[in-house]
Amino acid sequence: MFLTSSGQARSGLLWALRHVRRASGAPARDPRFAALEDSDLQFFDSVLGAGGVVTDPHSLQPFNEDWLGKYKGSTRVALKPKTTEQAAAILRHCNSRRLAVGGNTGLVGGSVPVYDEVVVSTVCMNKVLSFDTVSGTLTAQAGCILEALDSHVAGHGYCMPLDLGAKGSCQIGGNVSTNAGGLRLLRYGSLHGSVLGLEAVLPGGEVLDLLTTLRKDNTGYDLKQLFIGAEGTLGLVTAVAIQCPPRPLAVNVAYLAVPTFAAAQQVLVAAKRQLGEVLSAFEFLDKESLAITLRHLPGTKDPLPGCQAPIFLVVETSGSSAAHDSDKLERFLEGVMEEGLVSDGVLAQDSAQVQQVWQLREGITTALRHRGAVYKYDVSLPISQMYALVEEMRTRLTTALPHLAGSSGGAGSGGGGGGDGSDDDGPPIRVAGYGHLGDVPGYSKEICEQIEPYVYEWTAQHRGSVSAEHGLGLMKAGCIGYSKPPAAVAVMRQIKAALDPHGIMNPYKVLPPEL
Amino acid sequence: MVAVKRVLDYTARVRVKSDKTGVDLTNVKMSMNPFCEIAVEEAIRVREAKGTDEVVAVSIGPRQAADTLRTALAMGADRALHVHTDAEVQPLAVAKLLAAVARQEQPQLVLLGKQAIDDDSNQTGQMLAGLLGWPQATFASRLELDAAAGTALVTREVDGGLETLRVTLPAVVTSDLRLNEPRYATLPNIMKAKKKLLAATSPEELGVDVAPRLQTLSVEEPAKRKGGVMVASAAELVDKLRNEAKVI
Repeated sequence: MFLTSSGQARSGLLWALRHVRRASGAPARDPRFAALEDSDLQFFDSVLGAGGVVTDPHSLQPFNEDWLGKYKGSTRVALKPKTTEQAAAILRHCNSRRLAVGGNTGLVGGSVPVYDEVVVSTVCMNKVLSFDTVSGTLTAQAGCILEALDSHVAGHGYCMPLDLGAKGSCQIGGNVSTNAGGLRLLRYGSLHGSVLGLEAVLPGGEVLDLLTTLRKDNTGYDLKQLFIGAEGTLGLVTAVAIQCPPRPLAVNVAYLAVPTFAAAQQVLVAAKRQLGEVLSAFEFLDKESLAITLRHLPGTKDPLPGCQAPIFLVVETSGSSAAHDSDKLERFLEGVMEEGLVSDGVLAQDSAQVQQVWQLREGITTALRHRGAVYKYDVSLPISQMYALVEEMRTRLTTALPHLAGSSGGAGSGGGGGGDGSDDDGPPIRVAGYGHLGDVPGYSKEICEQIEPYVYEWTAQHRGSVSAEHGLGLMKAGCIGYSKPPAAVAVMRQIKAALDPHGIMNPYKVLPPEL
Repeated sequence: MVAVKRVLDYTARVRVKSDKTGVDLTNVKMSMNPFCEIAVEEAIRVREAKGTDEVVAVSIGPRQAADTLRTALAMGADRALHVHTDAEVQPLAVAKLLAAVARQEQPQLVLLGKQAIDDDSNQTGQMLAGLLGWPQATFASRLELDAAAGTALVTREVDGGLETLRVTLPAVVTSDLRLNEPRYATLPNIMKAKKKLLAATSPEELGVDVAPRLQTLSVEEPAKRKGGVMVASAAELVDKLRNEAKVI
């Protein structure tokens, strides 16, 4: 999430709150699901062959635990199909046996099994199927890694229409199933616009071939939109056709220090007006995020040592002419400095510096993880409210848990987690805002209770979305009521029941359990 | 005095031109040679440590070389000199031009990058010292100036390890990677740089003949690496080493 995504105004939010529950605990294992048996394993073996069926507990560990280390499941088998036909055979079998099926760099526990669901990973389906160099349409299997796809199309002068910190390990199928946003959403829009087609295997095993590369196709209901963002609950995405934009020839990045969040908003307005069509990213991070990243991520350097500003911005332009873009950018920067909206900043002089500046923003999540457990809240709010939530949460935690969140510098006795407190890592609990929130030393019920449902209620009151980009997964299943009215949730249930009558696809997630 | 060169950006992907005369530079991002950036940073640090009063940046090349000089000014150089020429300038010509400028400017120290990442020649600094008759300390990873004594202590990175030299000033020093970490160009400095002096001159004005002495015969891509092969046993490995690779 970043400054430009403004939450849409919703009316009558408070009545929606009666349908919500706090999301932290998962419901009990659904007894309608069968348990895995040897005959199932034999079947999987016969379809996938050696290497396609993982049962060794040690090898299953990465499938059972999410990237944040917050969610742990207990699957006994992970399957790695190489083709759509294999994936279809697996799902057909699971559906007839009523074995639940789960998916894997997601941030809301949507990609790990809750109990013993069979994990299906598309990691072996990593072939690029085709790329049209004239139109820029890429067709690839779901297991292709985003960064690898970007390198592939770069050779022809194109780039992927999305970019996120996890690009080195996230798969395009997962990006589509979660409708991932990322740093370039500002410029290229969401996947709902850039995905031209997809192929999915329905829960019953039928292959739904919607893999068209046509830009215009108004024939019937646009079914692919259902799968984009469904988080695997309606079917398994096995291939994607995506529209790639031309790769910008000239990229410029500026890193700016601003005195207040209000000033940051005005810089955004100025950027949109003066940089116009070349503006490609506008990110913010606060002093907390910067401090944690500099300390916990090796190889990072502070571009403005000694700068005491509370908020920093990363502004990127992408265009076809270096001279034209640099000119525009320099005039914009002169303007905002003269008006006092920006107190200091740097302009990257070569691509090494561009990467270093982006590292400060993209590396925050990793740095937070190195420091300790992270409570991550990806909310979208009206721009003016965005940072207020960080400040309120800071006050709230400091008041409620002074021994952990107080600003007494040094001596943190916080359990678990990174900073050893003896050097300047600050108090064990810190609240960092960079569009996402959260940073606490260890996962604990006490801390969680202070955060949830307060964050969701606050967001709902300010007419925002409880999940801008990360989806609902397990963490926020049950929170949909904060952002969508009951009638909408009812229709979603109808669609789910129509496509997945046995409910085997990624259960316990996205939609709240029926009461 | 610090010399800087405008080269293709080190992360840029390049293609060899189909006529094999060189590399295709159309629309490729250009920036300051990384070693030159380190040289500029060191020059500014020398001035900050009061080892000198002024840092002058010099570059040789077409119109766009001025952009590289603006970066040097934005990093903190006091003024700049652009030797404007559209001709191809090879290391010897560059050394002669810089020698002419040095005779005019009379610096205590000339800093250069050890080599440029486009041609990897690693010659200009050495030839410059030869032309001027000055001492040279190349591949510097540490520089300590003693202005009062008129000497400098330079640690060099050499194959055997580190070598420390004391040179009398004026001298030529070329920078290696570990000399320092260059600063970013901050916005206030970028604005100030616009008002700094950027003078221009030409090889003709300096009285230097820049005709190339080297002729490029052809430029080709390096041979593609063949994929590795898995062997099933030590015997097979020995067989391949003996009969295919022919190394034993």
